[in-house]
Amino acid sequence: LEMETIYVNDLNMKATELRLGLPGTDNESDAPQSSSSSSCVKNNKRSSSEMNASFQNIVSEQLQSHAPAQKAQVVGWPPVRSYRKNVINDQQKKSSESDGCGMFVKVSMDGAPFLRKIDLKFYNNYFDLLRGLKDMLKCKIGVYSEREGYNGSEFVPTYEDKDGDWMLVGDVPWDMFINSCKRLRIMKGSEAKGLGCL
Amino acid sequence: MAYSFPEEVLEHVFSFLCSDKDRNAVSLVCKSWYEIERWCRRRIFIGNCYSVTPDIVIRRFPKVRAMEMKGKPHFADFNLVPEGWGAYVYPWISAMSVAYPWLEEIKLKRMVVTDECLELISKSFKSFKVLVLSSCEGFTTDGLASIAANCRNLRELDLKESEVEDLSGHWLSHFPDHCTSLVSLNMSCLGSEVSFSALERLVGRCPNLKTLRLNRAVPLEKLPNLLSRAPQLVELGTGTYSSEFRVDIFSNLSEAFSVCKQLKGLSGLWDAIPAYLPAMYSVCPGLTSLNLSYATIQSPDLSKLVSQCPNLQRLWVLDYIEDSGLEALATSCKDLQELRVFPSDPFGAEPNVSLTEQGLVTVSEGCPKLQSVLYFCRQMSNAALVTIAKNRPNMIRFRLCIIEPQAPDYVTLEPLDTGFGAIVKSCKELRRLSLSGLLTDQVFEYIGTHAKKLEMLSIAFAGDSDLGLHHVLSGCESLRKLEIRDCPFGDKALLANAAKLETMRSLWMSSCSVSYGACKLLGQKMPRLNVEVIDERGPPESRPESCPVEKLYIYRTVAGRRIDMPDFIWTMDEDSALQHS
Repeated sequence: LEMETIYVNDLNMKATELRLGLPGTDNESDAPQSSSSSSCVKNNKRSSSEMNASFQNIVSEQLQSHAPAQKAQVVGWPPVRSYRKNVINDQQKKSSESDGCGMFVKVSMDGAPFLRKIDLKFYNNYFDLLRGLKDMLKCKIGVYSEREGYNGSEFVPTYEDKDGDWMLVGDVPWDMFINSCKRLRIMKGSEAKGLGCL
Repeated sequence: MAYSFPEEVLEHVFSFLCSDKDRNAVSLVCKSWYEIERWCRRRIFIGNCYSVTPDIVIRRFPKVRAMEMKGKPHFADFNLVPEGWGAYVYPWISAMSVAYPWLEEIKLKRMVVTDECLELISKSFKSFKVLVLSSCEGFTTDGLASIAANCRNLRELDLKESEVEDLSGHWLSHFPDHCTSLVSLNMSCLGSEVSFSALERLVGRCPNLKTLRLNRAVPLEKLPNLLSRAPQLVELGTGTYSSEFRVDIFSNLSEAFSVCKQLKGLSGLWDAIPAYLPAMYSVCPGLTSLNLSYATIQSPDLSKLVSQCPNLQRLWVLDYIEDSGLEALATSCKDLQELRVFPSDPFGAEPNVSLTEQGLVTVSEGCPKLQSVLYFCRQMSNAALVTIAKNRPNMIRFRLCIIEPQAPDYVTLEPLDTGFGAIVKSCKELRRLSLSGLLTDQVFEYIGTHAKKLEMLSIAFAGDSDLGLHHVLSGCESLRKLEIRDCPFGDKALLANAAKLETMRSLWMSSCSVSYGACKLLGQKMPRLNVEVIDERGPPESRPESCPVEKLYIYRTVAGRRIDMPDFIWTMDEDSALQHS
């Protein structure tokens, strides 16, 4: 899942700026707010990479437009160590690919000039998925059988799994499929001859 | 005049004294005891590397075999301490390489360690046995290669969450074939894959290996190979605990776990998938420590897992456990002493799991030995805190992080003063406390009045005025470490309690209201403190004296001012006026 990195130094800082004192009080006229605002716009090395990673999350959430927007961050709050933050970010990326807000995978079709993307979460089972693919790509995909695969179809749906292997769509239980599918490729039936007869 | 025992006898007696406190007390009895003790002190602990110099330490304790030292302030963990702040261990290693040729142990926390340091260690100390680098940084896997290659009797190599520049996994292959001394290896923070065959052989030839913490790159299907070669393991950190489900992998894993009859601690479990959890059920009844804080499994599976661990004393887990899982914990784990619940989505605006104050209340009710808590949640109430305090007067560490700063009691919308007040009133042995939520000066009055054994206090976005800080500094008799961020605490409380600061290890204040003028005054008044202003906006002299400093770090020291400061730190003392002219 490719995400653009957006530096959002002025992401509504005023509204989310943390002030000294109870909420509701207005410290505009007090001593310079430089300390609290600088803690928001801090630029030491680690902080910007950490903000980077979490803003990537904000961006990905907003692009999906399902989850509520994330807040602008205060440096070092909540007090989660960088090590743990990095692991969380990795895991969130993985989970948003698998059960968070959509599971978009690329779909290539032999002969098509460009790729498409579909959200595997949108479908409940293989039947729905194949129907969706057929609609989107205007191709003919036959019926799956364990013995014969899609033998005889003009097009055969295959996918790349976590190990990097190209597999026939339909062999494994649906849940296992959506958790291991990295991308889809609709192969020409003639090329797919090998896959159907194992 | 009665003569005491011969030196040798006293030395022998002193050798039974392990704690620094006891040894320090002995040193004060008389000059001869001071002399005898200093020649036989083998272990030293330096809580703040800038409180003393290598020369002073070496001069007093010439025969040290083990040293432990801490560097950066705790808030460095949360990126509040700018890069380049300091805590370089090299000068220490360099001095010790000459003075302590028989040094066996070095344990460092939050220090900058370079490859040069590691190489120097590996070449200077012929009996070197133990290297523990906790939250350190500045070195690469090349430095680890030096340690592996040259330390002939290495027993422990523990990299505990350090930030290592991972050039490759090749370092592990530098352990020579004749190295059989390893007792503990923790490489969990490293990213690169090590040579599995080298790892296998290393594990296989070290019969005393008790702790093995793998990194994420070690695949699940290979874990049984290691376990079968080290069935004597007491602590295991797995690699990734995820793989496409295969029955053969599962049964190999199950069998491998079943021969590890000594296993007491389990960690790692990255990306754990539920299907593989039952493989470890055989070790669960023996587990006393379980770290699931990198496992993204959900509540039902977590509940099932903890229910299999009746002897659990320590649990670290993500908030996926939810209130329901904590209920299962409270029911099954009556020996639980320490609970840490980490946030799975700390920056999300909305809760992603059903974990509330109720979970903590339930555990406080069900687990009579619970004494140490770290809990991240999104809502809290005074009522819950009062209940927890009533249930667990034996609490010694209580760290609560309500994710939203200044969040009030979600039921009454009042500050959480009463709740935390109940904690300090009831938990008379409380040594560590971290506050969060909406708090006024009142909570600090409670803390100053009741928290007499409190040694470490962390405060964020709390309080109304200097009175809050004054209560803490004037009331908390045992206070050693105080760290404060984003609180309206200023000059008055600090200057009024200047003497207190010499009784503490350190004080950190960032984004508060302490003026540059007050810092200067404090620095001049207190020669045995280093009052360091950290300000990345440029020299404080370029701003009015009343301008608050960005960050302030004050600590007692016999080393005088630092000589290795970066350009954004200024020491306040009598000379500072001269320096800025």
